[in-house]
Amino acid sequence: MTLTIPRLRAKAARGRRRRPLTLVLATAFLVLVAAMGLLAPVLAPHSPDETSLLNALAPPGTEGHWLGTDSTGRDVLSRVMHGARLSLLAPLGVVLLSLVLGTAIGLLAARAGGWVDAVLSRGMDIVFAFPSLLLVILSVAVFGPGLTAPICVLAIAYTPFIGRVVRSVAIQEGARPYLESYRVMGFGELRVTLRHLLPNVLPVIIAQSALSFGYALVDLASLSYLGLGVRPPDADWGSMISQAQSAILQGSPWSGLMPGIAVLLTVVCVNLLGEHLGGSISGKRSEET
Amino acid sequence: MLQKKEAETARRDALDISGLSLAVSRSGTDVPLLAGVSVRVARGETVGLVGESGSGKSLTSRSALGMLPRGARTTGGVTVSGVDVLGADRRTLRELRRTRVSMIFQDPRASINPVRRVGDYLTEGLRARGVSSREAAERAPDLLDQVGIRDPRGALRRFPHEFSGGMLQRVMIAGALSTEPELLLADEPTTALDVTTQAEVVGLLKTMQEAHGTGMLFVTHDLDLAAAICDRIYVMYAGRIVEEATGASLFRSPAHPYTRALLEASPSVHGEKAVVKAIRGRPLALAEAPSGCSFRDRCPLAEESCAEGVPPYRAHGASTVACLRPEEVAP
Repeated sequence: MTLTIPRLRAKAARGRRRRPLTLVLATAFLVLVAAMGLLAPVLAPHSPDETSLLNALAPPGTEGHWLGTDSTGRDVLSRVMHGARLSLLAPLGVVLLSLVLGTAIGLLAARAGGWVDAVLSRGMDIVFAFPSLLLVILSVAVFGPGLTAPICVLAIAYTPFIGRVVRSVAIQEGARPYLESYRVMGFGELRVTLRHLLPNVLPVIIAQSALSFGYALVDLASLSYLGLGVRPPDADWGSMISQAQSAILQGSPWSGLMPGIAVLLTVVCVNLLGEHLGGSISGKRSEET
Repeated sequence: MLQKKEAETARRDALDISGLSLAVSRSGTDVPLLAGVSVRVARGETVGLVGESGSGKSLTSRSALGMLPRGARTTGGVTVSGVDVLGADRRTLRELRRTRVSMIFQDPRASINPVRRVGDYLTEGLRARGVSSREAAERAPDLLDQVGIRDPRGALRRFPHEFSGGMLQRVMIAGALSTEPELLLADEPTTALDVTTQAEVVGLLKTMQEAHGTGMLFVTHDLDLAAAICDRIYVMYAGRIVEEATGASLFRSPAHPYTRALLEASPSVHGEKAVVKAIRGRPLALAEAPSGCSFRDRCPLAEESCAEGVPPYRAHGASTVACLRPEEVAP
């Protein structure tokens, strides 16, 4: 037995190395973007707010401004790097909040059943029925601009994404006999659910969270694009695209294109990662049975 | 007279189920599942509960933990080492499950949380009982050593999927006995294992149970296995106990036609080749059983009198049997 187990581990490690190239690229890109955002103050060649009207609307490749400048001569690369912070942090906040809410509601609905389940599930359906962007715009109308209210409202809007999946997986897992064996050991429902059911539902939660991160990023970028999210001079990718509109009409689309590409690539990479996580989980399940 | 004696022994018994009837209501109508089941397990005694699927044997063993189906209504009594289980509140029940009763399940692989290490499984039961985490960690390797797992310290760090079914069942046994329970419920503990592993696990279970002085209720559909290891055996059919006898005598001289039919239905490797006799009809649940003796539809000896009320228990040879004419059941 002691001999076979290292061999099994080695096999698992080899399997891990054979991951698809797209996944490796996606992960690498996300790490790069996150590092860029984190280290923006150190790495960025210019201050994001430093204007230079003489240098306005420089095309990419200009010396000192690798991605060009915008209509007031601010360095696009530096702004994209600084913008990554808000553009990534805000959706992260949304995901974390909705993850906690959704997991709690999903588990409660699955374990309690009966009318509790009915009320919670219908509640989630109702929230699910509203377009998230509409709710966010409504929140800005009520609470004024800024990111706090949109983050909280988006978190609520995304709760059903996670809650419904958690509920269905928890019901499925809850029927498995191992939970009964811990109940027989004299543990209460809460402990059995949190210590034994939750870890088995966790992979699904993580996969689902990765997907909603992508949606949240796009929603928040749209909000900033509409001028309702980040307030200038702070920059995120959405507001950069918005401010670049006039430049596009003047024939230099660069300053809007770069943050747009950043949004696009980040969302694609996050979705790839999320789908892989979700897929590998369902693959594991089918191997088991 | 008899009741007085029972009351005296109740304090000593690990498990005392007396006249337990259980019904659930499904869409407005009552569906009876158990009727007048009485099972007694003394400390240190091994008692078999044998019956086909759906006869209510698992339900009976679970009633000792207070784990009844939703909306179940019961009459009769279930007492585990002096504690009234049916009347107990949640706290008492949990306390009972933590300290006095343990259960071993049919499929060990399905009964241990797959994402937690074996060590977590073992220490969790101990810690729930109030043992400090350090002490629990110290005792865990000994527990595994006792059930014959090599390299217990290494085993504690492994996950359930790295073990074979037999090894995992040993882990479950170690966990179940770690709290020194007074009653061990073994619900078909060897059904999911292959035959050689089955023998090892049963042997281990028996040794451990004797060493700890635990009373064991061994639920199985395998009459031969039960006869081999049990001091006494109850045979269940359609939610009722139809015969009670010591292990050896049940095997030699069954007193109920059902017991006899069960014995004839299992092939034997010894002696002359005999045709295995199937029992005609299919096993019934209590709700669909005929009036009178539940077995009369399938019984070769059935007469009209069998339909008149449930046969009372009577002594016949070494057995207590619910049959009107046990003397006609040829050994």
